[in-house]
Amino acid sequence: MAGRILTEVAIVGGGLVGCSTALHFARRRVPCVLLEAERCGAHASGVNYGGIRIQGRALAELPLAERARRRWGRLDRIVGADGEFRATGHLRIARDEAEAATLERWALEAARHGVRCELLPAEVLRSRFPWLGEGFAAASYCPDDGQANPRIVTPLFARTAREEGATILEGRAVVSIERTSRGFLLRAEPELEVEARVLVNAAGAWGTAIAAMLGEHLPSEPIAPNMLVSEPLPFKIEPNIGMAGPGIYLRQVPSGSVVFGGGRGSVDLERRRCRPLFATSLSTIEEACRVVPELARASIIRTWAGIEGRTPDDLPVIGPSTVVPGLFHAFGFSGHGFMLAPAVGIVLVELVLDGHSATSLEGLSPSRSTSVPAIPATT
Amino acid sequence: MVKSDPLVVVVGAGPAGMAAARTLVEGGLRPLVLDKQPAPGGRMWQQPAGSRQPCGLPGHDAETAERARKEFLDLAERIDWYPGTTVVDATRGRLWAMGPGGEVDETSWDALLVAAGALDRVVPLPGWTLPGVYTLGGAQTALKALGCAVGRRVGFLGTGPLLWLAAAQHLVAGVEVAVVADTSRWTGAMRALPDLLADRARLALGLRCLRMLRGAGVPIRRGIRAAAIEGGENVTGIALATRRGPRRFACDAVAIGVGLVPQTQLLDLLDAPFDLDAESGVWLPRADRAGRTPVEKVFVAGDGARPLGAAAAALSGERAALAILEDIGRPFDRDRAARLERDLERHVRFARGLARAFPFPAGLEAGIASDTVVCRCEGVAAGAITAAVRAFGCHEVNAVKALTRCGMGRCQGRLCGLAAARIAAVTAGVALAEAGRLRAQAPIEPLPARVRRTAPDAVA
Repeated sequence: MAGRILTEVAIVGGGLVGCSTALHFARRRVPCVLLEAERCGAHASGVNYGGIRIQGRALAELPLAERARRRWGRLDRIVGADGEFRATGHLRIARDEAEAATLERWALEAARHGVRCELLPAEVLRSRFPWLGEGFAAASYCPDDGQANPRIVTPLFARTAREEGATILEGRAVVSIERTSRGFLLRAEPELEVEARVLVNAAGAWGTAIAAMLGEHLPSEPIAPNMLVSEPLPFKIEPNIGMAGPGIYLRQVPSGSVVFGGGRGSVDLERRRCRPLFATSLSTIEEACRVVPELARASIIRTWAGIEGRTPDDLPVIGPSTVVPGLFHAFGFSGHGFMLAPAVGIVLVELVLDGHSATSLEGLSPSRSTSVPAIPATT
Repeated sequence: MVKSDPLVVVVGAGPAGMAAARTLVEGGLRPLVLDKQPAPGGRMWQQPAGSRQPCGLPGHDAETAERARKEFLDLAERIDWYPGTTVVDATRGRLWAMGPGGEVDETSWDALLVAAGALDRVVPLPGWTLPGVYTLGGAQTALKALGCAVGRRVGFLGTGPLLWLAAAQHLVAGVEVAVVADTSRWTGAMRALPDLLADRARLALGLRCLRMLRGAGVPIRRGIRAAAIEGGENVTGIALATRRGPRRFACDAVAIGVGLVPQTQLLDLLDAPFDLDAESGVWLPRADRAGRTPVEKVFVAGDGARPLGAAAAALSGERAALAILEDIGRPFDRDRAARLERDLERHVRFARGLARAFPFPAGLEAGIASDTVVCRCEGVAAGAITAAVRAFGCHEVNAVKALTRCGMGRCQGRLCGLAAARIAAVTAGVALAEAGRLRAQAPIEPLPARVRRTAPDAVA
């Protein structure tokens, strides 16, 4: 497909955000072209941990997260398959009194939003979750949270978007963008030009670079969460598990394998490569065995990492550019974007086509002050 | 402060690693040798633990093996040798290895020689996951290292010199050989003869195996077009489609194999590039004649570079060691290096002959039935791969893995990766190269979660 394409909307990035945006433009019969440098879901979208949780999120993300959660529950009607989403609940564990206080504060806020969250004192933890290690201070449990299979969700969105008329081009890296009288002219390698009225920057870890091509400064750093999977163990861990502070996250899939992660791998943004770090893996294994002692019986069979962007305040940048008319951003999900993505696409489409969305993005817009205190990222 | 010698790490103590270690010591270095096996010799020169007696099976060059092993053990004072130690991950200049007690050590390296050997290649066939089915190498290991056979009446199925050698070894060991069923045809062997003459000794060994099997009245079937392994709780027989119609052979174990695949996970983790060998469909690590990969200070030798056999492995290990000496600025014998390369040429020619005599049965792999299991770790059948390729319009094997779980289990796609790529390519109607190759991910071998780190650099 060498040459030049004229379209309404150009989307940069074939992660879950870009693909779900393409799908909803297609559903509104708006011609769109998505350019993906590699293959859809090649980075964090396709290889993330797979946690679907509202629990522990920053308040600014809650409206979006609630809408996303409703969409996860009916994913089969959106993309023809459920993406292996299961509402298994999410258990957030406090290691000390300070972390227990964090859980309580969040549960209070959650109640105001109508999110179900149950506080569990230390003494009930082991009777309710017999596989849990000893010595934890408290936990909180959100029954409506769960998990899904990231490896199939992005391909499902990409496929459905294509079926409904979106043009999704893989192996096309955007190398320059300039503004034209009509909107934007994107040049991609190998040789392709796309001219569009509206531009959506869903380029993940490369989002900062894409914004910079149009003179907008939206800082983010590339990160690569470090993840592992064990050989199968007898299935018994129902909920998705995270810590109240920085630490590991862990879930067991029905086949018995335990998927877990913590810490970061290394990233080479230029070469579009990342890899887990062995030292990180070792300390993650150690901590995971404290949370689920039985894990020590298993072998770890694979480790991996996936590239994504992290903003200074750990919150994604979503919404219209404050500098360039017609440019919309949705990147920098900072390690917790998989769950939000199915809502991000539809909200962006509403912003572009209707000028507003019922879902509040307050606190996430590119115009926000980034002096917000950082919230520890958990997946 | 005296600048210490560069640390050269040799991974593997088979024929290639042993020869390399010796050459490095001659060059004045003290290499660190990490080997998965408890005793030197690799898979090739394996023998029962604690045995002082060479095993006496055909193809087991006891004299050479003993000499090399003795030389290596004599070196023990001048190298740092860690048997029973598995390398689990590596980056530029560092690697992590797990010792026999499950402890993980981290060490640095200035140059790294990967002599990790090769693994049996199998084509998924109906029934290949039944209890009683072994790889040819697995059956050989049972015989050579454990001194027992995988069955009383064993069928041999596949192609390649190892098929015939393993069958003959079992015959000599007193095992009944139910059948030798080879997908290749005699005509290919005839055409290969000029190249096979490059190594008369190995050609003679092959012919001797054939004579022994014939002499013992073992049924031999060539030109097999389709095969299935039958059984319930255990193997009961092999069903073959031959040019003369269907044939069935009763047996209680089957050894299968269609050649060897280099163990390249470590090179892969170091970002070494690979090239597809179009005839066999195997991705080989890119290296020059001396064993230098394009990755700085990373070398490859032996069957782990390209399966040429034990004698060639020793030559290539020696050659790579000379290249290491050269690259770190030590004196080395240029003439010796040139001589080794010339000698290796002969083995390359012989290997070309073998590839012609025993071509990889691509048709068998491409024509796999949809209900045949491809990935036994995750229980993924061929039909799931073709369905994913059709449903998502993808054919790259890592994408196929993500969609189907094929290659995600304990063996990390070592056994199924090539077949999965072939099925994806055939389904999508693209060239095999387009399907790519499964990327390796750490750990190279399953890592017990109870693993504990010893102090950094405890080894080095």
